[in-house]
Amino acid sequence: MAATTTGFRAEEPLLRVEELALHYRTRGGAVRAVDRVSFDVKRGEALVILGESGCGKSSLARALMRLLPRNLAHHGGRVSLGDTPISELSDERFRREVQWSRMALVMQASMNALNPVVKVGEQVAEPLRELKRWPRRRALERAAEVFQCVGLPLDFMARYPFELSGGMRQRAVLAMALVAEPELVILDEPTSALDVLTQAAIMNVLKEIKAEQGTSFILITHDVATSSELADRVALMYAGELVEACSAVRFFGEPAHPYSRLLMKSVPRLHERERPRAIPGQPPSLLEPPGGCRFAARCPERFVRCAEPPPAFDPGGGTLDGVGEGATESRHRVRCWLHAPNGGAEYG
Amino acid sequence: MAETPLVEARGLHTWFELRQWGFLRVGAVRAVDDVSFTLARGEAVAFVGESGCGKSSLVRTLLGLHRPTLGEVRCEGESLAGLTGAALKAWRARVGYVQQDPFGALPPFLDVRRILAEPLKVHGVRDRAERERRIRAALAEVRLTPVEEVLGKFPHMLSGGQQQRVVIARALILEPALVIADEPVSMLDASVRVEILELLRGIQRDRGLTLAFVTHDLATVRHYAERIFVLYAGKVVESAPVDDLLDAPQHPYTRALLAALSDPDAANATRLREVPAGEPPSLIDPPAGCRFHPRCPQAMAGLCDREVPPDFMPRPGHGSACWLHEPGMAENPERPITTDGRQAPGRGGPGHDVSQSGR
Repeated sequence: MAATTTGFRAEEPLLRVEELALHYRTRGGAVRAVDRVSFDVKRGEALVILGESGCGKSSLARALMRLLPRNLAHHGGRVSLGDTPISELSDERFRREVQWSRMALVMQASMNALNPVVKVGEQVAEPLRELKRWPRRRALERAAEVFQCVGLPLDFMARYPFELSGGMRQRAVLAMALVAEPELVILDEPTSALDVLTQAAIMNVLKEIKAEQGTSFILITHDVATSSELADRVALMYAGELVEACSAVRFFGEPAHPYSRLLMKSVPRLHERERPRAIPGQPPSLLEPPGGCRFAARCPERFVRCAEPPPAFDPGGGTLDGVGEGATESRHRVRCWLHAPNGGAEYG
Repeated sequence: MAETPLVEARGLHTWFELRQWGFLRVGAVRAVDDVSFTLARGEAVAFVGESGCGKSSLVRTLLGLHRPTLGEVRCEGESLAGLTGAALKAWRARVGYVQQDPFGALPPFLDVRRILAEPLKVHGVRDRAERERRIRAALAEVRLTPVEEVLGKFPHMLSGGQQQRVVIARALILEPALVIADEPVSMLDASVRVEILELLRGIQRDRGLTLAFVTHDLATVRHYAERIFVLYAGKVVESAPVDDLLDAPQHPYTRALLAALSDPDAANATRLREVPAGEPPSLIDPPAGCRFHPRCPQAMAGLCDREVPPDFMPRPGHGSACWLHEPGMAENPERPITTDGRQAPGRGGPGHDVSQSGR
């Protein structure tokens, strides 16, 4: 499905994340914003990370990009990009070799973070000049290419950010992320501050880039409907953990985790008369998350087993945690005891 | 309708003057431009539009926070512009306002009891026991229980959903006839949104009050409003009962809006959506004629770019400010009008297949 670059097997995931964790230190104790999160992204694939606010999805993006806060308590796990184990790299090498050039991030509301006194074209070309030491002219030529890609008129290169509308600025930020031809682009709520029509236009741009250039995407959002615009796969986060990861077809059609199912029922739909239903209760505090399943308190299907933390099961075949040995081809993971083989008898 | 409507807006204009060096008048932002509608008692309506379309200016004018530049708002038959002093204060007690950002709307240094006591004090409820009784009743009505525990809490100790319930309780405590909710759930999580909307709609039904939602999200209003007004660039372009509007949108803008919205479906990822080119116009210098004409796929040269379309009635109870719906225009075979935007050719159909081009 992807326009694979030479030298890599198509089946080998581009990004492989194992047991990623990011904990913050606060006065109340450690906030476990990201906890034992494992997933992978193939080349040319778009993974949507879906979750409500405070579930740790933006922290996940920061953990991947190593944009770590000062009150860091713990940052762990193994991350590899292509053949490079990027979690092993020193900060300096990571910044020089991976950040932006191989893996770019578009942060939430970053369209408002453009430098107001630098022309948009120069800002888009900046990563090339800084990271790759390209001469100005060459960098601007490449920037012009990317401008066309994201649907920005070329004369906007000479404009200042305040002369652009929100949608156009968002395109400029996207152009900046794409300019160094990264293999993976992480988008954190790229359209949540935009209007419906602008949002649809930006999603169109992303779809085209994905199809034409084979770029991999991680789209982080809370908006279920918008997420389906780009998703090949969906990973749902709840209270710092991934509770389900599966294909978009499966997730939007017939998700397996009780939280996924309830979340899908809480989404108001335009063309359906069935009323959406709320999920009772609230997510737990990440300061002291429950020892067992973190969704258990709100789950209508909880049983005795839920007092223990569930590993990630494959509801199709039944394999061990993570994506290591024994992982089956289905790539469906559900962190719920309901999907344990033999009722989860061999775990304990 | 025989009885006087609760609120009636006639030719309402809210313009904000632009000045240079503090005194030169250089134009105006026409946030609300010639808008007329009525709200009946006990009705739930929604004003839907993109950001910058003037929907917040419209409700602020209804609240009496902005004075209309032209036109008037009549409440129970009486013009809002004529109200001053005590009469204006009395009107404000009849309107509840639910803000978008619950945390920003609640003073951080007051506990819930004092937040809810404030409007009662302002509007002359002197008796302390009476205030306490009404505060408790309001909290019970928004289902913030146990009431005892909530009373002493400060806003930051409550979750977003609970904060919004306090805001709703505050809006209801003076027993208003009209509640205006400006994007009441856009700051809340998906799973909490439904609860808040259900709560508002339930209270509206129980008390028989008029509820006006302001939102950008068409998908949520289907279940929580009876009538929808679609705004574009300061004007109401379409108004209709909810199901009629969603199933048979008439105005090209509404159709574009509905075609751009998605219900969660894995197939969405493989098709491009049809989006009209361009962006909403500036409200300082809006285009002549119909404000949507520069983006409209069906714009008629010589008409749409010159004449402002009046409100036509293509279906019973369904208004659309578009020249396509001028009586007689529908018979014109060159400009077919489909009644269902979703089935019209090239509109939210299968679209282009992007997955093919990547191989």
